[in-house]
Amino acid sequence: MDTAESVVDKKGASGPFHVNNGPSPRGFHGNGSCCGGGSSPAAPEEAHHLHRGGEDAECNGSPAKRSRLRRRTESVKRNRPRTAQRSNMALSVSPKDTSTSGAGDQTTGPLIEGQPCSTTEPHYRCTRNVVEMCRAFPWFGMDIGGTLVKLVYFEPVDVTAEEEQEEVENLKSIRRYLTSNVAYGKTGVRDVHLELRNLTMCGRTGNLHFIRFPTQAMPRFIQMGRDKNFSSLHTTLCATGGGAYKFENDFRTMADLELLKLDELDCLIRGLLFVDRVSFNGHPEGYYFQNPSDTESCVKKTCTLDNPFPMLLVNIGSGVSILAVYSESDYKRVTGTSLGGGTFLGLCCLLTGCETFEEALEMASKGDSTNVDKLVKDIYGGDYERFGLQGSAVASSFGHMMSKEKRDSISKEDLARATLVTITNNIGSIARMCAVNEKIERVVFVGNFLRINTVSTKLLAYAMDFWSKGQLRALFLEHEGYFGAVGALMELLKTSEDP
Amino acid sequence: MINQFFTCQSCCQCQFKGVGKTRASEIPTLTDAPHVARARTLARRARSVRASPTMAECGGLHSGSRRHTMDKSITLPPDEIFRNLENAKRFAIDIGGSLTKLAYYSTVQHKVAKVRSFDHTAKEATSDELYEITMQEEVTARLHFIKFENAYIETCLDFVRDHLVNTDTKVIKATGGGAHKFKELIERKLGLRVDKEDEMTCLIKGCNFVLRNIPHEAFVYAKHADSEFRFQTTQPDIFPYLLVNIGSGVSIVKVESEDKFERIGGSSIGGGTFWGLGALLTKTKRFDELLQLASKGQHTSVDMLVKDIYGGSYGSLGLTGDLIASSFGKSATADKGGFSKEDMAKSLLHMISNDIGQLACLYAKLHSLSRVYFGGFFIRGHPVTMHTITYSINFFTKGEVQALFLRHEGYLGAIGAFLKGAEEDNPNQYSWGENYAGSSGLMSVSPDMNPMQRARSGTFDMLEMDRLERKLVNLPLLQDASSYIPDTVDLTEDALAREYWLYCFEEALDGVVKRALASQPDIPEAAERAEKFRQKYRHKLQTLRHQPFAYGSLTVRSLLDTREHCLNEFNFPDPYSKIKQRENDAALKYYQKAVQSLEELSWEERQFALVRGVLAGNVFDWGAKAVSDVLESDPEFGFEQAKRQLEERPWLVDSYDEWFERLKGPPHKCALFFVDNSGVDIILGVMPFVRELLSRGTEVVLASNSSPALNDVTNGELQILTESIAAMDPVIRAALGEDRLTLVQSGSSSPCLDLSRLDKVLAMVVRERKTDLVIIEGMGRAIHTNYYAMLSCESLKMAVIKNSWLADRLGGKLFSVVFKYEVPAAGIDSPALTPS
Repeated sequence: MDTAESVVDKKGASGPFHVNNGPSPRGFHGNGSCCGGGSSPAAPEEAHHLHRGGEDAECNGSPAKRSRLRRRTESVKRNRPRTAQRSNMALSVSPKDTSTSGAGDQTTGPLIEGQPCSTTEPHYRCTRNVVEMCRAFPWFGMDIGGTLVKLVYFEPVDVTAEEEQEEVENLKSIRRYLTSNVAYGKTGVRDVHLELRNLTMCGRTGNLHFIRFPTQAMPRFIQMGRDKNFSSLHTTLCATGGGAYKFENDFRTMADLELLKLDELDCLIRGLLFVDRVSFNGHPEGYYFQNPSDTESCVKKTCTLDNPFPMLLVNIGSGVSILAVYSESDYKRVTGTSLGGGTFLGLCCLLTGCETFEEALEMASKGDSTNVDKLVKDIYGGDYERFGLQGSAVASSFGHMMSKEKRDSISKEDLARATLVTITNNIGSIARMCAVNEKIERVVFVGNFLRINTVSTKLLAYAMDFWSKGQLRALFLEHEGYFGAVGALMELLKTSEDP
Repeated sequence: MINQFFTCQSCCQCQFKGVGKTRASEIPTLTDAPHVARARTLARRARSVRASPTMAECGGLHSGSRRHTMDKSITLPPDEIFRNLENAKRFAIDIGGSLTKLAYYSTVQHKVAKVRSFDHTAKEATSDELYEITMQEEVTARLHFIKFENAYIETCLDFVRDHLVNTDTKVIKATGGGAHKFKELIERKLGLRVDKEDEMTCLIKGCNFVLRNIPHEAFVYAKHADSEFRFQTTQPDIFPYLLVNIGSGVSIVKVESEDKFERIGGSSIGGGTFWGLGALLTKTKRFDELLQLASKGQHTSVDMLVKDIYGGSYGSLGLTGDLIASSFGKSATADKGGFSKEDMAKSLLHMISNDIGQLACLYAKLHSLSRVYFGGFFIRGHPVTMHTITYSINFFTKGEVQALFLRHEGYLGAIGAFLKGAEEDNPNQYSWGENYAGSSGLMSVSPDMNPMQRARSGTFDMLEMDRLERKLVNLPLLQDASSYIPDTVDLTEDALAREYWLYCFEEALDGVVKRALASQPDIPEAAERAEKFRQKYRHKLQTLRHQPFAYGSLTVRSLLDTREHCLNEFNFPDPYSKIKQRENDAALKYYQKAVQSLEELSWEERQFALVRGVLAGNVFDWGAKAVSDVLESDPEFGFEQAKRQLEERPWLVDSYDEWFERLKGPPHKCALFFVDNSGVDIILGVMPFVRELLSRGTEVVLASNSSPALNDVTNGELQILTESIAAMDPVIRAALGEDRLTLVQSGSSSPCLDLSRLDKVLAMVVRERKTDLVIIEGMGRAIHTNYYAMLSCESLKMAVIKNSWLADRLGGKLFSVVFKYEVPAAGIDSPALTPS
């Protein structure tokens, strides 16, 4: 308990709180982006630690430890409001300080280094035997956002014949259903290109699948859980995002399922660091744009988050949360804005009649925002030299739309583009100010708003570079919106099964 | 001063009752012109012109819609707007997206009352009057600012051309987004060369100017408070500040000094986004209409709130369920067409206001600035946007930064452009004052008022500023100039008191009109002017009844000052001049006798008698007709009677014992005495008191008004009075000769006293003489204002409460005495003025 508290307390969960936060990563449908595929993970044979502190490293938790863990999770919840008052303290805690926060923290080092747990103390070795105790399949991590539900599913590929025999039919059918389809129902999608293959988690090898569906479909999903008698599987459903709270009661009453609710920002950071560490099937998870200010020579370059701290983490889901992250457990929410992915899609739907994120982006890619926005040169005839503003800078988003003639002649594509540019620029602007105020030079953008959205990623990269005169660099990650769900899954693997 | 006025309340109300009521029903018309003769001529020239429809399109505010076509045809009432054009020079124009602001400098000729000592060597002088009163023409400088919709620009330019007499003007300074669009039109119509000035520079210059010269310029907006507007006191140092200008886009400017400012940031999401996006979403064209829609809407159906995601609050982050997680977040999933225009407009308004507020906070934090002013057409007096911006700022800074707004925000660009053009005259070397008679004041934002109405009433909005003869500064003896508030009661916040005083001033109006008329018995057109004064002031009172915040915080002082401005406007510079003259002459005759009887008293008795003398002089209510005759014939009798009317000790506020103890100690180095009335008050009350101070070895500085206000003694009158007292009294004569008694003007022409706006010379003298005692006398200066003023030296506030309502409110009765002696730090508790 003490350990848990101290970890929690150092978390600067406060900072300026904001009206408009979009608390969780969420995203939109559509098909995968670029990268993907690839060979084997960096250390496929070895089990990775999925835990933050030492004590929870247990796949093999004793009953006592189990209950401690459960309490710990609860205490996290309980303690959060209190930590809010300690933002200043959180600011002063350096990443190194946190590593001394409790017993067993020495594992934090190896964990961050990405070393397999088998190389650390024997105490942490995960044998097959232990794994069975550790966590019964199926392994899910779920992040229920405002718009999208993100689900990660670990499909074990090292199932022995013996296991196979023991495996209940139910479990088998779930595995088959998920792995043999790429679409579920009308709206569920598996992002095949993001699949992490031959990943070792908690001593088991398998593939990590990334699935998403609209939050609106939650009732049907819960229904399915009941129909498939999910509760008989003796698993715990680890869930994060606001929906974990919103739908908790529905899960309980409709499907007899007890959710383990997790804080979304904890999960986000944990998941992000994990995916970066295990790499994307051998390739770096991160990328940035070289020469962001020049459309001709702008190229996407991969990178890893070596030495990731401090970083400004900008999570763009329905809304936006901006976090200053000093270590895996030491971070604060700096601010947020309600102008996020949900705003882009919402406004696009109203303005153009489109219905999906993909449609909206497709239109935006064909449009020209300068027909909608008033530029500096539209007002001043050129640059506004007194203030060093270029004529091509946007002076007023949607400013041309004040005129009826222009409203009558505008195309949907132009409107979609302007909406996208407006939202993106605004996020860039706030993120930049936060980076300056927090004195952090690395800005990492995640969240499903960035999915298949190169217009925005490039614009953000450009905006960071331009306005900071090269001081700030925008980084992006391939698994954009799934880190919360991955973080939730990791929590599952370090907690014990509910009785 | 004030007792004249109060007297009317307590003694003469019945006289005027009937009249007041019949008049109240009259609706003020547009005829209250200052210069009647000119008014007639100009009225004939008043134009009715249809503005070209294409003009109306600019910015789209009044574009197209047939309903508003009527707006474009307008008759300009020449005495109301574009006043004093014949003497106008130095033009500037600021053309925004929908409104044009024209600025010019002009001189105004009006009558002033001057007193001149008779040559008493020629003893055969016409009468035994001490001095003569003459009316002289004086020319003062005034700045005119007029705001009107762009639709009328052509009409207005024609009008200006037709009335422009001064042909020396060659250039008009222009700023604002529309300046280049109308350049050709302006040059053609006015024959002036358009000289463009940078918009932001003008804005900042204008902002500095109003912050420096207009008390109560800045305010905090609180939608649900008793008084929506909380005006800020003028800061001795206005820098540094952040100006967030929300036009079509947003500019965030850090201002560090008069000439040093920097645009530190901005955003493209601004008023144009609200308007443009709002027009697309709701098919509503006009900005005002969009705001109107927004004020009726519910954003929760359109926005995704924290509780929509969490089912409740996100407790661990302290985010309550009602916060917006994603603006328009619900509109992607809802049924098409499922949103009302109102709801979408509201959601959009929140989105934009929050975004701007957030950015402003980030910049304020980065630059450690706590004063953040918001302006631009998005704000411009709109309660809806002021509220959402205020909310956003409170939220993002947790109340550490307050969103500030400006009363004359719409004029900043025009003022700045004008100042750029007038640089050679260096207008900043003067102090300027808002002329309440010629300025429209802040418009009503009452939610039940139709916004169309609002737009129309805003068609011609005016600000006039008078150049003050003297540069005004803080009294150096204020304990904390930045927190000094002159007025004791803010009537914008105290509805009961407001009700009473407005009623009171309205009831007294007939008496004032009569008095004004009586002061110019030989001028035939005076009656007409007096009537116009009546209408003008009544109109002001009616405006203030509905919009108490129109000229900043409403106070008894502002009501009195407004009346003085209106009287001056109609050339009644000193309605009490003759009364003052009579009273002074009469009182002078008894000076020596009064001094003599004081001399006969023991030291102890004399100290008390002197205080009672000042108080009795101040109780003088002979402005009331019934007793003025007695006064004229036998002021000595009146003075003794007044003493008898005085409340016996212990007084309502009584620190006489402390004062008496203090007098046993060493003399003060120098006393600054803010005097009050003419006649008995100054001559039989104040002068003997001053004489005693001088005898103790204390230097005395007598501060009196620069120009007339009610029956207050003016500096000019006091000069003459003092000389003639000196002729009778060797003590005064010696003190004058040795420069131990000095007369200075306060720089004020108000029956009240604002210690933050005093003549620069006074401040200098106070400093040089090492003044260690400040005496303030009378209700206007010591109760309505300065009752709570904290000084860094000893102070004495003396007054008799001559208004039964106020006496009642303070827990006393008519003629209760306030004698408040305070020593800084020594901690004499300031007695509570208001009953608990």
